Amino acid sequence: MAGRQLLMTFPVTATSHSLAEYLARGGYVALAKTLREMKPQDVVKEVAASGLQGRGGASFEVGRKWQVVQYDDGHPHYLIANADEGEPGTFKDRWILENNPHVLLESMLIASYALNVRNCFVYIRGEFDLPYRRLAGAVEEAYAAGYFGRNVLGTDFACDIVVYRGAGAYVAGEASGLIASLEGKKSYPRNRPPRLTVRGLYQQPTVVNNVESLSNVAGIVLHGAAAFRTVGTAKSPGTRLISISGHINRPGVYEVECGYPWMKFLEEDCGGVPGARPIKCVVPGGVSSKVLTGAEIKELVLSHEALWDAGSTMGSGGMIVIAEGTCMVSLLQVILRFYHHESCGQCTPCRHGTGWMHRIIDRIVAGGGMPDDIDRLYYVSKFNDGTTICGLGDAAGYACTGILDKFRDEFEYYIEHKRSKYGGSLECLKSS
Amino acid sequence: MKHLIPEFEKLRERFPTGFESSLVLPCVRRIQEDRGYVADTDIVELAQYLGIPQIQIEEVLSFYTMFRRKPIGRWHLQFCHNVSCSMNGAENILAHVERRLGIKPGETTPDGRFTLSHAECLGSCGTAPMMMVNQAYHENLTPATVDALLEELK
Repeated sequence: MAGRQLLMTFPVTATSHSLAEYLARGGYVALAKTLREMKPQDVVKEVAASGLQGRGGASFEVGRKWQVVQYDDGHPHYLIANADEGEPGTFKDRWILENNPHVLLESMLIASYALNVRNCFVYIRGEFDLPYRRLAGAVEEAYAAGYFGRNVLGTDFACDIVVYRGAGAYVAGEASGLIASLEGKKSYPRNRPPRLTVRGLYQQPTVVNNVESLSNVAGIVLHGAAAFRTVGTAKSPGTRLISISGHINRPGVYEVECGYPWMKFLEEDCGGVPGARPIKCVVPGGVSSKVLTGAEIKELVLSHEALWDAGSTMGSGGMIVIAEGTCMVSLLQVILRFYHHESCGQCTPCRHGTGWMHRIIDRIVAGGGMPDDIDRLYYVSKFNDGTTICGLGDAAGYACTGILDKFRDEFEYYIEHKRSKYGGSLECLKSS
Repeated sequence: MKHLIPEFEKLRERFPTGFESSLVLPCVRRIQEDRGYVADTDIVELAQYLGIPQIQIEEVLSFYTMFRRKPIGRWHLQFCHNVSCSMNGAENILAHVERRLGIKPGETTPDGRFTLSHAECLGSCGTAPMMMVNQAYHENLTPATVDALLEELK
């Protein structure tokens, strides 16, 4: 176990997602406490005091987002759980949706009470099948038990929830794109200000939080912000769900206490790299985060501040381990193809830039790379940065320059020799 | 589409008033489940039913990867070829299936049984390589498990 656990605190069985078992684990006690003992503003204060950071990628503090909402401004308020998990390498919200959907629902009820929300939504990616069925089943159970609807637990509090299914668009995971999608449109992000907490869904104040971020709220309210802060580091309170994949012996979702040593996590908890091959680099938090080399991560701990200092980010918690011998040119080709495919086409620098980058890397891989193609990739990456409405174009550039900065020689070799230094392989060949 | 209106009415009850526009995605999804694709007549009828412009439905259909305006094979095999799947042999599995079925991504077998597609990250990286068959995820694929599965899909 990678430090203390707050979310993965029970053995997963065929029935552990049910309401009965959630109640047996102490579920919905936090909701009862909230409705009976706390004022809405106390809940916001507690969450702000916990220092809980967003788990979707940007690590923005949940409490600070909530504090923008004016409880009594006369507008309807909306809360949306962002379950459009699509950052490559990330599958941790899926764990919550499949195995503990009620902790999300309970937390959303508490958040709705705090933020004066009558209608809340879960926006779940359209391809998720089991996670959707588990969540929809949990919603039915929660309604039947009187946790949603009018007079929740016999109080005046009322709240309804809709599980809304996406239809296949990475950019819908961006909060304003998500809102456009929930309004039944193509998921074009929009410029801020105004912030979504001022004008969001149907122009009303809307809070969009990641599934894992919200799922921490029940525990924070039940045990208090101070107790939450005893876990993790001063600047990264709590835990992170890390979904790990790639060249690793035991891929999966792990709950890691912030501050836990990175190499210990990889070697002891995840069983190390197949064939005990050295680590070439690691994608720390989804492909939009910059890769760190095996040497760079050696002494690092897993916390927001440690990764920021190292020039990357914990991002979405989607960690991909890449073993020595992997061709970084081929890897970047996969990544740039992805961004090109997912660019929504609204902003010119991203629409064209991701296409250019994709065609340049395709050309290099096909053996037709030109000596200045590396500089051209840098140029497009920098041109995208900050010139688009959302971060998709920026992220394509970060992913690209992150790899070029550290593995430029491989690209030069590929262009000069018209072939990969490592046979073009992305697979970790266990025999060698 | 019209026979689905009673279902759509029930769906509408779950949303707050004034959220008609939000019904586009769930209604389109349901129409596609029912017909296999979304026909031009569905667009006209849904726009009328929801009181929204047809262009909004057209945009949604062309924007999202899960929607289609033409029929496809009975079994839609979608192979993820993003980072973690590629790192765990997705290309080999896909090549195996291409050989077996005699089609490339984007194509349908002449008997209308299978359509093959590429997909970007489906959040199944820890159980790579994976494919979706219609709605269901099939993970930790090997040539043997894929062969066994294809036998079952008639």
